[in-house]
Amino acid sequence: MSEPEFIKPYGDTLGDGRIQISFTLPVELSARAKKAAEIYATSLNCENVSVVYAAKISEGYTYFVIFADAKHELDFSKIQAVEAPKGNRDFYEINAFVKEKIGRKVVIVGATIGTDAHTVGIDAILNMKGYDHDYGLERYPEFRVYNLGAQVSSEDLLAQALEVNADGILISQTVTQKDSHIRNFTEFMEILEAEQMRDRFVTLIGGARITQELAIELGYDAGFGPGTKPSSVADFLVSRMVEHQS
Amino acid sequence: MYNAIQRIASMPRIPLNQDQVLRVKGLAKEIADRIQNFIDSHSSVSTERTILRLFGIDGTNDQEIPLPNRIVDLLREQNLLEQGISFPFSAACLKSRRDTQTTAEMIDRGEIILGDYDGISISKIREQVSVFAAGAIELLDSTRQRKQRKREQFPMGAQPWKYLIVATGNIFEDRTQAISAVHCGADVIAVIRTTAQSLLDHVPYGATTEGWGGTMATQENFRIMRKSLDEASEQAGRYVMLTNYSSGLCMAEIAACAAIEDLDMLLNDSMYGILFRDINMQRTFIDQYFSRMICARAKIVINTGEDNYLTTSDAIEQAHTVTASQLINEAMARNALITDEIMGLGHAFEISPNVPNAFLYELAHAQLARELFPNAPLKYMPPTKHKSTDIFFSHSMDTLFNLASVTTGQGIHLAGILSEAIHTPLMQERFKALQSINYVFGVARELGDEIEWKEDGFIVNRAKTVLGETEKMLEEILELGGLRKAIEAGKFANIIRTFEGGKGFDGVFLKAENYSNPVMEILSKEGVIV
Repeated sequence: MSEPEFIKPYGDTLGDGRIQISFTLPVELSARAKKAAEIYATSLNCENVSVVYAAKISEGYTYFVIFADAKHELDFSKIQAVEAPKGNRDFYEINAFVKEKIGRKVVIVGATIGTDAHTVGIDAILNMKGYDHDYGLERYPEFRVYNLGAQVSSEDLLAQALEVNADGILISQTVTQKDSHIRNFTEFMEILEAEQMRDRFVTLIGGARITQELAIELGYDAGFGPGTKPSSVADFLVSRMVEHQS
Repeated sequence: MYNAIQRIASMPRIPLNQDQVLRVKGLAKEIADRIQNFIDSHSSVSTERTILRLFGIDGTNDQEIPLPNRIVDLLREQNLLEQGISFPFSAACLKSRRDTQTTAEMIDRGEIILGDYDGISISKIREQVSVFAAGAIELLDSTRQRKQRKREQFPMGAQPWKYLIVATGNIFEDRTQAISAVHCGADVIAVIRTTAQSLLDHVPYGATTEGWGGTMATQENFRIMRKSLDEASEQAGRYVMLTNYSSGLCMAEIAACAAIEDLDMLLNDSMYGILFRDINMQRTFIDQYFSRMICARAKIVINTGEDNYLTTSDAIEQAHTVTASQLINEAMARNALITDEIMGLGHAFEISPNVPNAFLYELAHAQLARELFPNAPLKYMPPTKHKSTDIFFSHSMDTLFNLASVTTGQGIHLAGILSEAIHTPLMQERFKALQSINYVFGVARELGDEIEWKEDGFIVNRAKTVLGETEKMLEEILELGGLRKAIEAGKFANIIRTFEGGKGFDGVFLKAENYSNPVMEILSKEGVIV
């Protein structure tokens, strides 16, 4: 056991617990509203609460700036956290990594295969605009991306990947009725294996019901579920490519 | 109707070579005119659906398919689309002897067959087409006149207009957020669209309360927000504009819905969909033309999307691509009868704060745009690319952006928000943004009038350099064979798009000999509306 190490926020004197808070209450600006803000901040386990600013920002809405002393102290020696895993790079770092370690543009082919007509998943990852404030792979200067859209057959996808000499293949499946996504993924992997091309590409799958476990089980390199950011896919892809090189 | 900005036009502060300005405008016009030849001979499913909307058709059938989609699809199934929807639909109305909406419902149910002209004379049908087309024009004229009356009653605030976004996903919550922004000084409210709506090949129907990163653009949502803003305008004694998005696969249809509901501004770029959403080039060029003709008649301000180039590329190295795109957007807008006062050409404040003298570059770029398009309400976008999640630093970046905007006399000022790159704005964050804008616009209101940029100084030379690079780029586009070839070669934002690739290509068709779009014919014939 390590020595306990109690801490609280620092203002200008160690242990003062000084913090600032700002929030809006859905009430009209008045003496009562300010009192309510003060009591609310107190109930967040603070003392010496000063409502230093209050302004009406709409009919029935008031904005407050507050300074207060937080009472809570915590034992820092008991805090554990995992540093971001290696390979958690952003847009700029990934491009720099490709320039340095791969030295040419990375070619990516993406599609929704089978009868599935949904491009929402593949577009979120590939389209310039990206998803959730994270740029799509088309925006990466070190990537050349071919988004084939939806309802692409497994054969066509492989043919396209070969034609453009792809490094990575991304497959999306949104429809999962009667496990159609499993059948489609399996079919593509069987074709790859029959052509003895499994090791030629980094293969990634994604969709609403896709997990890493499922991807590995089906023979793919990785699987990405809902909420995946494009940079996570990009980062995995370039890391795996470099692992293969060595 | 709009605050004139001729004041700035009469005193250029950067001595640009006026011959060179004429040359770049001429080059852009040639680029636009070459594409126009293609546009004039083609139409698209969404352009045809727009005509139906302007004829008064709305709503969905029992499968929740919008009736304009259903009618155009039925015509296409009969291989009759190439003549356009107007003639066969007008004939159907003569058959049904009912109004356009009822007739559309009857066609949907199979009670009337499109293309069945039995017992109706061609001249009767033509007469009916003219009546409907006149009705469509009347609709566009009446929205323009209504807006004009409202602005006479409640004059707009001075430019730069303060433009705030709302994006809760729920139109009723958006309303609350918008009213707060107006209370704090907003001149323009934009309702951000839900993720990927631009890829839908139909306009959703009705009021909506769920969205991702934004709210569905529907005609009903337009109506709800416009009504709230009318009330807020009255209370503030200042007209507040409403903005939405005419982009993606339904550019022209959204323009029609927006006109019907008295919207004031639409995001509308000639190339954004092609480059950033992989929408087919032909489809985009065709639809943007009709959408802009509608905007021109209804006096809806278009906002072009040049800021997007700078989120992908370096804002110094690629500054000339913004200017080149502005010139092309201007030339294409002129072909669609858009006048200066509704031409919101875009640009952005996106240079890295780590570059020494970044602010001088920003001033040079903003001043160049101001002087190239002296009468356009330029749409100036705030920093996003280099925004920090330290909201306090982010707020100080926005303050400098505000200063650049008022100093160089921009037209439409998109408020930077301190939580950019974190979440869609909270009510109090809009308040903070407006507080900073009101402060800077107030204390530096006439700063620009006092400044004469130093002859041969950094700002003047930088503006000249960008203009020179722009001229070179426009020449290269023409040497490559025009806009189509330039996009195929990846000249814009380093993105390669092919002529037949991308979404929505299957909705493009070559007009038959007997094709007619009677609404477009009247708009073209009657020309620019002042």
